[in-house]
Amino acid sequence: MKVLVAVKRVADYNVKVRPKGDGSGPDLNNVKMSINPFCEIAVEEAVRMKEAGVASEVVAVSIGDKSSQEQIRTALALGVDRGILVETDEEAQPLGVAKLLNEVMKQEEAQLIILGKQSIDGDNNQTGQMLAALGGMGQGTFASELKIEDGKALVTREVDGGLQTVSLKLPAVVTTDLRLNEPRYASLPNIMKAKKKPLDVKTPADLGVELKAGVKIVKVAPPPEREAGIKVESVAELVDKLKNEAKVI
Amino acid sequence: MSILVIAEHDNTSLKDATLNVVAAAKEIGADIDVLVAGSGCSAAAEQAAKVEGVSKVLHADNAAYEHQLAENLGLLVADLGKDYSHILAPATTNGKNLLPRVAALLDVAQLSDVTAVVSEDTFERPIYAGNIIATVQSEDPIKVISIRTTGFDAVAAEGGSASVDAVDAVHDAGVSSFVGEDVASSEGPELTSADVVISGGRGMQNGDNFKLLEAVAEKLGAAIGASRAAVDAGFVPNDMQVGQTGKIVAPNLYIAVGISGAIQHLAGMKDSKVIVAINKDEDAPIFQVADYGLVADLFEAMPELAEAL
Repeated sequence: MKVLVAVKRVADYNVKVRPKGDGSGPDLNNVKMSINPFCEIAVEEAVRMKEAGVASEVVAVSIGDKSSQEQIRTALALGVDRGILVETDEEAQPLGVAKLLNEVMKQEEAQLIILGKQSIDGDNNQTGQMLAALGGMGQGTFASELKIEDGKALVTREVDGGLQTVSLKLPAVVTTDLRLNEPRYASLPNIMKAKKKPLDVKTPADLGVELKAGVKIVKVAPPPEREAGIKVESVAELVDKLKNEAKVI
Repeated sequence: MSILVIAEHDNTSLKDATLNVVAAAKEIGADIDVLVAGSGCSAAAEQAAKVEGVSKVLHADNAAYEHQLAENLGLLVADLGKDYSHILAPATTNGKNLLPRVAALLDVAQLSDVTAVVSEDTFERPIYAGNIIATVQSEDPIKVISIRTTGFDAVAAEGGSASVDAVDAVHDAGVSSFVGEDVASSEGPELTSADVVISGGRGMQNGDNFKLLEAVAEKLGAAIGASRAAVDAGFVPNDMQVGQTGKIVAPNLYIAVGISGAIQHLAGMKDSKVIVAINKDEDAPIFQVADYGLVADLFEAMPELAEAL
């Protein structure tokens, strides 16, 4: 079966992103960009399915401007077969991305799509669920284990208080949590090979989707700063401060 | 204007997170209906009817809703929700699983993890691991919002007298089924609603050493959490993770033990009232947000702390 995997270009997770001076949005000037960590886990899972003979082909899809080709190339270097960039210079919000992915999934006749549970820029945690709704598909969100058995996806999910396992008819949507796998590093030969793998570019119009922004950023601001407190010398002093100064125990 | 709140419950009782969401709904200011959808969940519906500020409880009781499968509940909530101006749920794993599905079915955007209400269509929410607070405005006719429970003080669980109306509609999408669950049986309080949280990081070295935290937690009635590093290292299960991609907590007292303080961890706990950091590395970034820092070897400090309490 064919497996799609969604990848997003985001500010690298080691970067502490700050607001622009005028408060109009995050300041991404000269910020290192990377593949979203949860998308990396999604790529790894799809590639393992290919290696295990469960997936016949793995296709990486990204939505964004031209520069998102870099993240698709990263996925190709990790073992994905080919890439599709839906190119747009407009900001694509989760509902728009879900609509685009739904169309790509139909065109490709894919049986499974794996996405990260959230991207670490907007922290929305929406796209996979929205895509599943639009396609009338089952969803295995926050997955820590994924198996394909008897034409169904068996997904173990990280939920508050423990784990839940659901069975989904195919086609289905899976979003990754941290413990699903540990992504590999791309080897140099594979990075070279990735440059020759096919990468198609489409536009939202090609897919018949009009992007609209339902949410407008009015302004952004840094969070209230927390001031560093004091250092205590001993456990006894700590207990004393908590009892008599902070009065929390 | 009227608001539909999706209750968080386990079929037998209402979860505290619902009370924080009702508080957020009160700040928006409109009639508040609460949907309790489950199977054999009338006790939870009765509880919801007593919550302060609730006008009406919608009680949907069917086997299709037993395990809160988003495929089935999404259809129900989108159907009921089209008559409301706002649909709110807590940003728990249940809420996060369900709500985007509802938004997509209604063809509207969703606002995730809202921490403050500015007006009926404008809200604050953290982005970039809480390094930026964005003020966002929804331009859609129905505002679908997940609420970060730590942003709103819970309303009273008692004192209301709402009516309970049965909802007969049964939606079964037929694409998913529940197979099983493995729920961690913890005797302590819930991580997200505990007054005191004590968390361990990579410095704990292994899962066994979390017993050192348990001894302190028992004395303080605390819940036990962990940093992503401790979860990634396999010391403890993921449902204990505090941080950007785990649970968000804001207790009266947060004790970070052997945690360096990566921004992703700070995103999950920096709204705690009092923060204590215990770490042997005096340059650990966690000390920059701690009210009280103790530079010490945790393997000596924790038994001493348990003794002193």
